[in-house]
Order: sequence, then C-alpha cells, then structure tokens
Amino acid sequence: MEGSRVTSDIGAGPSVEAARAAMPAEGPPDRRWLDAYGRMLLIRHFENEMQRLFLKGEVHGTTHLAAGQEAVPVGVCLALEPDDYLAGTYRGHGHALAKGTDPAALAAEMLGRANGVCGGRAGSMNIVDLEHGLVGCYGIVGGSIGAATGAALTAKRQGRVAVAMFGDGATNQAYFHECMNFAVVHELPAIFVCENNFYGEFTPMQKVTGGRDIAARAAAYGMDSALVDGNDLWAVEEAARAAVGRARAEHRPTLLECQTYRHYGHSKSDPATYRPKEEVERWLARDPLTLTRERLLALGASEDDVEAVEREARTTMDRAAEAALAGPYPDPATERATEFAP
Amino acid sequence: MIEFRDAIRDALAEEIERDPAVVFFGEDVAAPGGVFAVTKGLHERFGDERVFDTPISELALASAAYGAAVTGLRPVIEIMFGDFMALPMDSLVNQASKFWYISNEQGTVPLVVRGAVGGGGRFGAIHSQMHGTWFQGIPGLKIVAPSSPAEAKGLLKASIRDDNPVLFLEHKRLYSVKGPDPEEEVIPLGRARVARAGRDLTIVAISKGVPDALAAADELAGDVDVEVIDLRTLRPLDVATVLESVAKTNRLLAVEEGPRTGGWAAGVLGAVAQEGLHDLDDAWILATDETPIPYSPTLEDAFMPSTDAIVGAVRSRLSAAAA
Repeated sequence: MEGSRVTSDIGAGPSVEAARAAMPAEGPPDRRWLDAYGRMLLIRHFENEMQRLFLKGEVHGTTHLAAGQEAVPVGVCLALEPDDYLAGTYRGHGHALAKGTDPAALAAEMLGRANGVCGGRAGSMNIVDLEHGLVGCYGIVGGSIGAATGAALTAKRQGRVAVAMFGDGATNQAYFHECMNFAVVHELPAIFVCENNFYGEFTPMQKVTGGRDIAARAAAYGMDSALVDGNDLWAVEEAARAAVGRARAEHRPTLLECQTYRHYGHSKSDPATYRPKEEVERWLARDPLTLTRERLLALGASEDDVEAVEREARTTMDRAAEAALAGPYPDPATERATEFAP
Repeated sequence: MIEFRDAIRDALAEEIERDPAVVFFGEDVAAPGGVFAVTKGLHERFGDERVFDTPISELALASAAYGAAVTGLRPVIEIMFGDFMALPMDSLVNQASKFWYISNEQGTVPLVVRGAVGGGGRFGAIHSQMHGTWFQGIPGLKIVAPSSPAEAKGLLKASIRDDNPVLFLEHKRLYSVKGPDPEEEVIPLGRARVARAGRDLTIVAISKGVPDALAAADELAGDVDVEVIDLRTLRPLDVATVLESVAKTNRLLAVEEGPRTGGWAAGVLGAVAQEGLHDLDDAWILATDETPIPYSPTLEDAFMPSTDAIVGAVRSRLSAAAA
C-alpha cells in the first residue's frame, strides 16, 4: 500500500457509522436519488440472478459480475443526458443497466436468447445498445476507452459527451495512454471513469501499477482528474457532474478514479481466494447499497419510500428473468446474418 | 491523365465536400500534406474540423475512427505505412469488424483505413509489407488494393461511401504512376475486373501486381495469350470472375507480393479448385520467399515478383508442361 493513494486504506476508511456522520444536512432527497438507489438494487439483483442462472447452466461461457460496484455507473449516469454516449467493459451489466438498457433484454442476452438486446449474438461481454447511447461493452481490457474517445469526436459536434468505463487493469494498456493524450490534444468532451476495484483479474493493482496512483496519471497529460469514493453514490455523481460540465462546455476531458470493490471473483470460476479475508470484510461493511439506503433515510426519505423502491427493483428483476427465460433460442435455420451491412 | 496520388487526393476531397460526416485524420496528413504528398491542400481547403493531424498513436487513431463511425461520422484515417497496422489491430479486428454482427445490426461502421504498402522502395522489412493478408480472415472487414489511378479514385470513393470498415492499400510504387482519368464515379467493392483479355493463361493479381502482370502479358504476347484479372478486393473475394476466366484459359497463375504461406493466392487457388477443377489444366502461385523483405537493392529486386519474374515463371512452367 505504501505510495498508493486510496480514498480509504482499501476499506479501512469511513465505516458505515462514519459515512452517516459525514452526511450533509440537506433537504429530503429528490426522486432521482431514490430512483438511483432502485437502479443500483436492480444491478445487484441482476448480478445475483446471473450467478444463480450461471450455476444452473442457463448463462453460457463465462460472465463477470459487478456486484459491489453499482454506485459508479449509476452515479456517473445521473450526471448524463439520455443521448450522451457510454462505453462499458466485459464487467458491463451494470454499465448497460445504468445507461438504460431494458433488464429483460439484457438478461435474455446473457442467456443467449433471441429476445436479447443483441439477439443472442453478443453475450455477456459484448453488449451494445445504441438506442440508449451504449456504444458497446468491450471484452478486451481498455477497448472501451478507444470506443468512447471516438464517440467523443462525434459528441463534440452534437453537444454531447462520451464516457469510458474501465477498470484499474486498463490503465496499463496502450488504449489508456494513447486515448488520454488524444482526447486532450483534440479537446474532446470525454470522461474517463476508472472503476478501481484494486484487482486486475487475480493480481493486486499495486503490484503491477507504476506509481500506484491512477488519478495522478492524468496530470502528465494535462488532464483534470479526481479521486472518488466509488461506493458513495453522491460523491460519484458530484465528480461526474463537474467532469460532464467541463466536457460539454469547454471540451476538456477528465479522468475519474472511483475506488470500489467487487463482491464476486473476477469471473465465474474465480473464488477470489487471493483477497485477504479482512480486506473483503472491510469492503463488505461499506456496501454501496447499504450506504445509499442509510443516506437516503438520513436525508429525509421515508422508510415507506425506500421500501417501495426496493419492492419495485425486486419485481422488475423477477419479471426480467421470467421474460428472458421464456424467450426462444435463436434458430440457426432461420438466422439471416450477413457479413456486411448493405 | 492523372497521377495515382492525385486520384487519391481528389477522391478524398470530393467525398469530404459531398458528405459533412466525412472526416480525415492521421499522422502528418493535414498541415504537412502526408509523407507521400498525397493529401496536400486538404487541410487548407476543409479546415481543422474535417482534416487534422494526430499524435503518433495508431491504436488511438483506429479506435477513435471506430467510435466516431458507430456514432454517425464517416472517418477516413491514414496509417502511414501498412506495417504499422499491427498496432491498431485490436480496434479493427475486435471492434470495427465485429460491430455490425454482434450488435445484431443495430448500427454500421463506415470507416476507411488508408495505408501505404509494398516493397521495391528500399524501405526494408518493416516499411514494405502488404498487410491485407493479415486481415483477410476477419469477417466484416473489406480489403481493397487498387492497381491504377482511375481504379484508386473510384474504389476509394466507394470505400468512403461503404457502411463497413474498409482497409485501403495504396502501393508506394504506384503513387507516381500516371494513367487515364476515371470513367466511373465509383467502382463497386467486391467485383474483380478483366484488365486484359486472353485465351491461354489467367493471371490474377492485386495492386502493383496488376501493372506488372500486364507488362508481362505484353512481353509474352505472340507466345502466350494472357488474360489478367485485377481482383481489386481481397475481401469480399470475387471468385466468380476468376472461374469464368479459367473456364476459357484452363490455366491459372496467382501473383502475390508476399509469402505463399497464409497468402491470398493460395485462397484463390483453393476456391478455383473447389468450384472449377474440371476447367483446370494447371494452377500455380508466384509468391515471395518465406523471409522478411530484404533492404539491399540486389536482394529486394530478386525478392519481388516483378514483371521479369512473372515472364520467367510463365515460360518455364509452360515449357515444362510441353516437354
């Protein structure tokens, strides 16, 4: 840990109690915060359901779950307009759901069904949902950075912005360094959002990251950056709102390092035994869902309102899973794929 | 008459003028006008928003083009030397060429990657390769290799208007070649052309191989009546035009600037064997040695499948067959 900058010494920082004590005394939260909590819950339910369906053999190949990281994409998307662009990763179910992808269509895609958002052609790692501005999720580490940089070229003409979601592992890829520089010199309305969950697959970030300080890398490119508690929905939204404002108004890109933690292993077969038990427990105690719920109540939301959101998220997920499982597999006999667009 | 490089520049200028979505960027392409002086004047004419210089970052270049293409622009980028295509490969192979299919046809990827290719310029092993075959096995990616100024203009305009990612290979040794002005506005991608009609032997080639084969055909005239097929695109590959020719000539020579192993010529022979074996009396490949491209003029000249090499290959093959 020596030399690396973290919001909390991998979870040793603000406890639930400390976070509650730090809550500002604002008015009652407006509806969008309750909705954001609902969206985070939906992502959690979705990931747990995918894990369950994977173990039943309904989700094929592999899948990468983002449970524990929900506050980052949801907080970022709170700062976006619906037609802004976002590129996600292979741990991208939360990215898609936060951007507005229909959970039933997303679930069906996981199951390889014809009613999937990509007709079953893409699968868990490669989701595209252009209707909601999701320009793709990328199975190659760092690919989202390139896609979002390009989308920012278009966005600049349209008054929109483009967001790249990526993990700490991507910050050692050429995509990261080339595109950070490219975005600065071409004054692109891009926001680079690193979800630093402290592990690149099975390897601790600190072991393989020179300087051990991801946010600080932006300075070398003349780019603004912020280090954000990625489990704090309000902190993510605030940082994202500032970055989106700079991007839209001044065409200045920003790097946001949002520190968070995944509850599952890297992929379906990974029990994540390389993570110290104590570290895991510290992070689980800072579950973004718990933090968000408590903060909503502290800010004046009623228990009834919160419970209503929770019931709705549960119902939405149950219906989504039901609709996905009811969908047919694509029929090779009637599949009419063409190699090229006409 | 028009020079090959001017044909490329005119195609770019006309398409940038025609469609506000077309943008063109790359290393040294704007203010300097390109290292092969192909894109001079475009920046002055169209300004920073449409034509701009980028950092030396091939991966960023290609992925920026990809991300721009899926959101509504029609980018044309220049990768200075085809050899540099190893750097942006992930974006082209795993992003651009897959998007139309895996998105379930939600959107298209109208982008063009221009690059200078080919040997004979004493540029050595890593500034002389033909990268078309590196990408030929990737569904969703078109590969175009024009053979003359008129072909270059019509094919580049078609590539820019195409809704799929296109690799556009410009042979360095063609840039200063002059040829007749184009007759067609655009030349559809995926259709080979008969560059010269003949009865005895079909030679298929792309890019600079086409004028080399035409010159060889002139030399052989009187002894062998050669038909030359310009494939124009490696993907899609127009096998039908080759089959039609072979049905007439019964002999097929594929001339490839590059190694036989993993090359396009073997694919053409394979396809012709599968569909038209009954028409074939002979089929063979003239390719390069299975080594990197040498630097020294004597070695490089011997390495290339030149006009002399084609003439020699045809004479020795046909005389062996006659013996």
